[in-house]
Amino acid sequence: MTNWLEKHLPKIVLGPSFIAIILFVYGFIAWTAWISFTRSRLMPKYDIVGFIQYERLFDSPRWGVAIDNLFIFGFLFILISMFLGLLLAIFLDQKIRIEGTLRTIYLYPMALSLIVTGTAWKWILNPGLGLEAVFRNWGFSEFKFDWLINPDFAIYTVVIAGVWQASGFVMALFLAGLRSVDQEIIKAAQVDGVPTFKIYSAIIIPSMAPIFLSAFIVLAHLAIKSFDLVIALTGGGPGYATDLPATYMYTMAFSRGDIGQAASSAIIMMIVVFAVVVPYLYSELRAKNDE
Amino acid sequence: MFKKIAVAAIATSLTISASVSYAGPKAEVLHWWTSGGEAKSVAVLQKEFSENGGSWTDMPVAGGGGDAAMTALRARVLSGNAPAAVQLKGPSIQEWYEEGALADISDVANKNNWSKVLPESIAGHMKCEGKWCAAPVNVHRIDWIWANASVLKSNGFGMPKTWDEFNATAKALQAKGIIPLAHGGQAWQDATVFEAVALGIGGANFFHDAFVKLDKKALQSDTMVKVFDQMRIMRGFVDKNFSGRDWNLATAMVMNGEAAFQIMGDWAKCEFLAAGKVPGKDFLCASTPGEGFLYNVDSFAMFKVKGSDRQDGQKLLAKLIVGKNFQKVFNLNKGSIPARTDVALNEFDRCAHVSAADMNASSVGGTLLPSYAHGMALRGAQAGAITDTVTAHFNSNMSSKEAVAMLVKAIDNSK
Repeated sequence: MTNWLEKHLPKIVLGPSFIAIILFVYGFIAWTAWISFTRSRLMPKYDIVGFIQYERLFDSPRWGVAIDNLFIFGFLFILISMFLGLLLAIFLDQKIRIEGTLRTIYLYPMALSLIVTGTAWKWILNPGLGLEAVFRNWGFSEFKFDWLINPDFAIYTVVIAGVWQASGFVMALFLAGLRSVDQEIIKAAQVDGVPTFKIYSAIIIPSMAPIFLSAFIVLAHLAIKSFDLVIALTGGGPGYATDLPATYMYTMAFSRGDIGQAASSAIIMMIVVFAVVVPYLYSELRAKNDE
Repeated sequence: MFKKIAVAAIATSLTISASVSYAGPKAEVLHWWTSGGEAKSVAVLQKEFSENGGSWTDMPVAGGGGDAAMTALRARVLSGNAPAAVQLKGPSIQEWYEEGALADISDVANKNNWSKVLPESIAGHMKCEGKWCAAPVNVHRIDWIWANASVLKSNGFGMPKTWDEFNATAKALQAKGIIPLAHGGQAWQDATVFEAVALGIGGANFFHDAFVKLDKKALQSDTMVKVFDQMRIMRGFVDKNFSGRDWNLATAMVMNGEAAFQIMGDWAKCEFLAAGKVPGKDFLCASTPGEGFLYNVDSFAMFKVKGSDRQDGQKLLAKLIVGKNFQKVFNLNKGSIPARTDVALNEFDRCAHVSAADMNASSVGGTLLPSYAHGMALRGAQAGAITDTVTAHFNSNMSSKEAVAMLVKAIDNSK
């Protein structure tokens, strides 16, 4: 009896969580997919009517804006965060004196919730209260920085706030990665007279490839999850110029009683996530099989 | 020993059965009136209910203009345990009726002569397929224009009677450095201004055809193009920082003379009164240029509940809501006017008197119309489609013809 228990105890302990995940995550994903094929409005209906919700979704100009914004925001956010994070990490790696303090300062924004970040940046970027007003009071009367209220540029303000929040975290990831590079190789390269820049670009950065991947995954999921940042910073505005699929989904589900639309937009979001995650998983599994 | 246990068991069961017997009318009420003045107003109903022997279970769910409350409601209905009364308004009432969730309170309505004391179009919203299913609490008027009295007087202007007059007044004030229109760039505020302009330019029949019947001819007409033209002109009258501003901050701009006008519903009056301003002296209220009255009626929809105490509680609640006392006290606190037409208005201020007189006149004249921007005329998806178009046009350089095309497409898409 105890032998059997000892052999199966891990399965028994994990069992409840496993079942809960199957039911509440995958079960409800399946439920959402079902609802996305029905004409549900206020309450869920279960008669399948075909792809009409998806047709309505892609006919809607607001969804077009949301998807464009997802790609603009996602691409710029991930790229700039990684670049800034790497730069900051390399600078901090130069064995400077107050490294500990600087590291903490750069990492602090990550501790703030996105709502606080959004609200603070909303005040900073407000033309009448923030940067534009400050520069004008200092005498630059022609200074203009009204991206926040400009429908064409508002999404870039979301990028600014997001990058400010996340680059400290990316910096911490890269700093750890830089420190883990084998010091012998670097010393050998320095002895050979290789310039510092070349050491970084040819030796250290390529050896940090796994860290780039982890940073990418973390940033990508932060980008897709960005609901509270947009709501706090612009409220989806001006008009709906900074709408993202997540805010679109929320509006359809809870403000407009149009569950069918919300479900179809959620499934599309999931497909976008899969498009990013599945190749990564595939490459990981293949690498394991090769070993 | 056994006898002692038996006696104890019988005694306990008797006490339990005694407490399960009829305990008086009960009502569980779901609402989102959680801010200062609103919470005070709900407390009035609570007090009256308990004075009449009922026990009230409050279910306040704050925030989001009712979004969170609607989510809580959906969960309760799905689990089969709906609250007795829910703060719902407009077509949502009929939408919930179609889901089979509402109760029939026609007996209360007929006993208390509701059809005689409520205006016809308002009574229509409270009925589901001819049977009464909701009780109206108040009538908010949407198409008000508020002005700073001294700004207008010192520049020699009166309240505009036509949109052309408004444009001329606004241009003159703008030249003097005063912001003509205080506005908050949130979708619902854009929609509020839009429907006031549409009513003024198109008239009551156009408004009804376009925003209640969603008639394609009206939506594609030249009148609609003219409405969007006027919206483009209005866009030039708002200040640079209007994006995302809350409505009460825009009211504050009118109060301190920074701006001259605001187009907002009658809840703006509460802001003025709370700051100690006197209607007629410090601020002026008038209907926006045009014939008609756009209303927003808050109401409690009665959901199907089980148990005679809950059903009695529901009936008592419905009776009290349309009762003269509650209608008077609630609306004094909230800034709206009673839905009931025979309530004495001597304690209400000037603006409320104008509103009530206009409501009766427009009810008789057939120009008493539901507001689309505040969820009275259309269901969520269609109202949302119109608002999306209005706000996209207001915040861009879209031409009026493009906006009309987008409007028609959006409404087709939302059906």
